Amino acid sequence: MYPELGQMALILALLLATLLAVVPLIGSLTGREHLQAFARPLSAGLFVFVALAFAVLAHAFMTDDFSVAYVANNSNSLLPWYYKFSAVWGGHEGSLLLWVLMLAGWTLAVAVFSRQLPPAMVAQVLSVMGMVTVGFLLFTVLTSNPFARILPNVPVDGADLNPLLQDFGLIIHPPMLYMGYVGFSVAFAFAIAALINGRLDAAWARWSRPWTTVAWSFLTLGVALGSWWAYYELGWGGWWFWDPVENASLLPWLSGTALMHSLAVTEKRGVFKSWTVLLAIVTFSLSLLGAFLVRSGVLTSVHAFASDPERGKFLLLLLAITVVSSLTLYAFRAPVVHARARYEGLSREVFLLMNNVLLVAATLLVLVGTLYPLVLDYLDMGRLSIGEPFFSLTFSPLAIAAGFLLGAGIFSRWKKTDGGWLGRKLLWPLAVSMLFTAAVLVGYGEFKPWAFAGIFSASWVAIATFLDLWEKSASRKGRLHGLRRQSRSYYGMVLGHLGMAIVMAGATVASNYGMERDVRMTLGDTAAVGDYQVVFVEMGNRRGANFTAEYGRFEILDSDGQLVSVQFPEKRQYLVQRSVMTEAAIDAGLFRDIFIAIGERVSDDAWAIRVQYKPLVRWLWLGAIFMAVGGFMAISDRRYRLRETVQKSVEPPAARDSEQTPGKPAGATS
Amino acid sequence: MHPIRKKRLTIVLFLVVGVSVAVALTTYALRQNINLFYDPSQIAAGEAPVDVRIRAGGMVQENSVIRDPESLQIEFTVTDFTSSVLMEYTGILPDLFAEGQGVVAMGRLDGNGRFVADQVLAKHDENYMSPEVNDVLEKAARIRASEGAGQVEKSAGY
Repeated sequence: MYPELGQMALILALLLATLLAVVPLIGSLTGREHLQAFARPLSAGLFVFVALAFAVLAHAFMTDDFSVAYVANNSNSLLPWYYKFSAVWGGHEGSLLLWVLMLAGWTLAVAVFSRQLPPAMVAQVLSVMGMVTVGFLLFTVLTSNPFARILPNVPVDGADLNPLLQDFGLIIHPPMLYMGYVGFSVAFAFAIAALINGRLDAAWARWSRPWTTVAWSFLTLGVALGSWWAYYELGWGGWWFWDPVENASLLPWLSGTALMHSLAVTEKRGVFKSWTVLLAIVTFSLSLLGAFLVRSGVLTSVHAFASDPERGKFLLLLLAITVVSSLTLYAFRAPVVHARARYEGLSREVFLLMNNVLLVAATLLVLVGTLYPLVLDYLDMGRLSIGEPFFSLTFSPLAIAAGFLLGAGIFSRWKKTDGGWLGRKLLWPLAVSMLFTAAVLVGYGEFKPWAFAGIFSASWVAIATFLDLWEKSASRKGRLHGLRRQSRSYYGMVLGHLGMAIVMAGATVASNYGMERDVRMTLGDTAAVGDYQVVFVEMGNRRGANFTAEYGRFEILDSDGQLVSVQFPEKRQYLVQRSVMTEAAIDAGLFRDIFIAIGERVSDDAWAIRVQYKPLVRWLWLGAIFMAVGGFMAISDRRYRLRETVQKSVEPPAARDSEQTPGKPAGATS
Repeated sequence: MHPIRKKRLTIVLFLVVGVSVAVALTTYALRQNINLFYDPSQIAAGEAPVDVRIRAGGMVQENSVIRDPESLQIEFTVTDFTSSVLMEYTGILPDLFAEGQGVVAMGRLDGNGRFVADQVLAKHDENYMSPEVNDVLEKAARIRASEGAGQVEKSAGY
């Protein structure tokens, strides 16, 4: 009974979404306000019905209703309740429903938090969100109904959730990631609405900035969680594999980062408008591309759901419609808008432009590396793979260059920056980060050119950020007063940039100075890794809720022979799917992780053991947290909520900034 | 020059330089880092290059896995049921590596037709068969069928 209710709710939601896509848009184009006024109630109704459908599916999981095919395929009565709940998004149909729920949630959020926007604009934005929702709801209802039943032969028990996914990481990784992917649809909707209106102004940029920043922050967390999960759950200690599906999440992140920065320029200076709109379209299209790659069966990876050509075709069609129609609109409307503001060859605008060039180049690289094998395979021109070396070789220089630019760009001013002044300003950060990098390399005991460049770039960013904060917070009433006077969006920027420095430092050190050893060990054996000794003490058995495990007891000793910690890596045999899983044990620390995983049993008394020393690996995720917190902080800035500010900024944006004398800092740009 | 034109020129220059650097890097890196896939029949026929990093795959032959008692070195034969290739690997194998299962390995062929693997991938769940391995088996089965030996073995894994 309930599952049918869920399906009805989905169909009703589809009808509401169709109305939302059409009615307010017509209202805004013909100027009928009573039609525009439908946008908010329709968004609310849409959310209610999608949420209802989601709740019904969750209920089916919690009550072990194995007559529902999706539940039978992805759950089991032995699963702990929290995995039953997260199993709702453990397969294709349910994760799609989660996606739609988020889409409806973002639509509702726009409806609620857009009181200060002109009604016609709200109507258009919500209509575009409605169109996107129609696409995904149609996809769900036509190809991937999560409520399909297996009747009359209801299975006694479910086939279980893939053991890889029975993990805390899976509970939160997909929701965060989808919040990001789907969140970019808001930036997209704002861009399309602005194109329809022909009103690409600073006000538009100001309205879309907080939405883009929130979506970006969620995506940052989602990508980082994915990397963290891969590290301890399936990666044998790797944290980024350049797997096509990982790349699919990195692509919108890169272009979304570019979008965030270019929106800042558009808001502050009223330039780069067409470029910003294009980025908004591209970013959302890349999110759709990610959905296509994961769900069409063109890829095989942990993330890829059961392949079904119908689904692939549908998603490709959706992607094509989105890209073609929005680019057509762009081609017709974008040339209308002209920038009036001017800037010189050395200015904050140009630094941010270069940031965009690098980010777009990185996006293209990852895109090529990801799609090239797929296209060749599709054309039947052979199977090949492009692995980690390609991406390291091409991506690292771009990231390092972005760091160099960022450190210099922090001090640059809008419109015009004096080259000599900037050069003198950068002298100290340059010297300090050189020395610091040299000290770090001496500490790790080996000079590697890439490590030098990476650490230098990271410390350069961090030092420049702190120096800028120091100078900005100078105040006659004391340092604390000066620090308090800075806006939250400025602190958001500081955190975001520090986060980038932390990630770069972590990535550089972990990949250059990490140590990995696969050793054959019998009981009592010792393996050395870094400055640590790992002693294999015993092997034992234990039983979990739905698995049995062999575990090893390992003692980690430091160079003085002192016990650091005791670790219990496991080899699990899941009872339902009969699959074997390796559970690594990690002694985590801010400056180093020691990672132990049990491989196969190689003889009666010996096991293959992997021991790894991973310096600074935690910084990867710590930096991502910094970035995300920075993003949330930036949008909590009061200026996004003040009605007056919005109205003021509808005036030519140059008016405000031009009052400042050139060469004076023009405030935050996060 | 007019300041607006100058500005546009700067932008265009940036874009051109950025894009060409990216394209140059990409093509260079692609040339170095593409790993082509070869099946056991192709390797046996000498089509695969020696000492170039390639990928190879097929089914692990039953009773072919030999472990070195002192180290983590392991030898096994990968077959498409027409030809087979001897592989050597040192390190930890994936959980789902087993005789009679599909694998894809990354590594180099030495001069004696041995494949020295530096990475071995096995399927990661019960329902999944790597498309490469699938292709390999299908192709080999077709060839055997067209040779008309009268009996087409049904390969394991289907």
